[in-house]
Amino acid sequence: MSGLLSEDVLSHIGTQSAPRREIATRRDIRKYAIATDNRQAKYLDGDVAPPLFHLHLFWDVVPLDKLSPDGVSIDSLLPKFPLEKAMAGGLDITYHKPIKPGDWLTATRTLTDIYEKAGRSGPLIFYEVLMEVRDDYDELVVTEKTTRILR
Amino acid sequence: MSPAPVVGMAIPERQHCCDEVQLMLYNASLWNGHRIHFDMPYSTEVEGYPGLVVAGPLMGDWLHQVVDEWLGDAGMITGIEYSNRIAAYVGETVTAGGTVTAYDEGTGQVTLEVFVKNACDEVLTPGVITARLMLAS
Repeated sequence: MSGLLSEDVLSHIGTQSAPRREIATRRDIRKYAIATDNRQAKYLDGDVAPPLFHLHLFWDVVPLDKLSPDGVSIDSLLPKFPLEKAMAGGLDITYHKPIKPGDWLTATRTLTDIYEKAGRSGPLIFYEVLMEVRDDYDELVVTEKTTRILR
Repeated sequence: MSPAPVVGMAIPERQHCCDEVQLMLYNASLWNGHRIHFDMPYSTEVEGYPGLVVAGPLMGDWLHQVVDEWLGDAGMITGIEYSNRIAAYVGETVTAGGTVTAYDEGTGQVTLEVFVKNACDEVLTPGVITARLMLAS
């Protein structure tokens, strides 16, 4: 280990956010479908949510004075990293069951890993956040693993 | 859809051209206030982009849509892995598409390699989607 990541930073692995519970509404599904260029009637009418709708449902809703000057909300799950320039990240999503209007869903986010690798032009920090979305029967609806890279 | 999937088969492509209004509505629907999506002086002068940046997850949505339209009511997407590698900008026409890379007739599981690419044929958003077809019994 090259020691870029202090024990304090690494101690954040396993940190979990407070669960967030939201309701999927027909109006929100319709807005999302229209804004994404969707052209299938079942989504445009809001009968069922298109895949990726959970992004809309669980994007952090923060007060204006909690946004950074560039308009981004600061992820409270993350420690202060020694590298801060974000590079492309990746998503790995599993859809377990569809989301319909009226569904109450609860999302829990966990910081599951932080590690470093040598990149071509210097060290890189990777971190992974797992989000689990469950319905009121505690059944999994969506699982999403986000991997982000900092340089 | 669509005849039975055959490995190597390309699915119908779809073009998207995001304008300012669509990008605003999309980010508003998420509650995404990142200035690179609506504040032209900030995006170009502070961040050094050539224009307003199309939101990464919107291109992720287009990956889903190109497969979901091909599936129609015959199946559903069960998973995706993708990453945003290169940005797209407001006013740019991009193309979403994909190719079947595996199909299991027994389970109905189909895997596709998917992309969003720009006019220079650069892949902006590569991904892999898995879906399950309802099998006629």
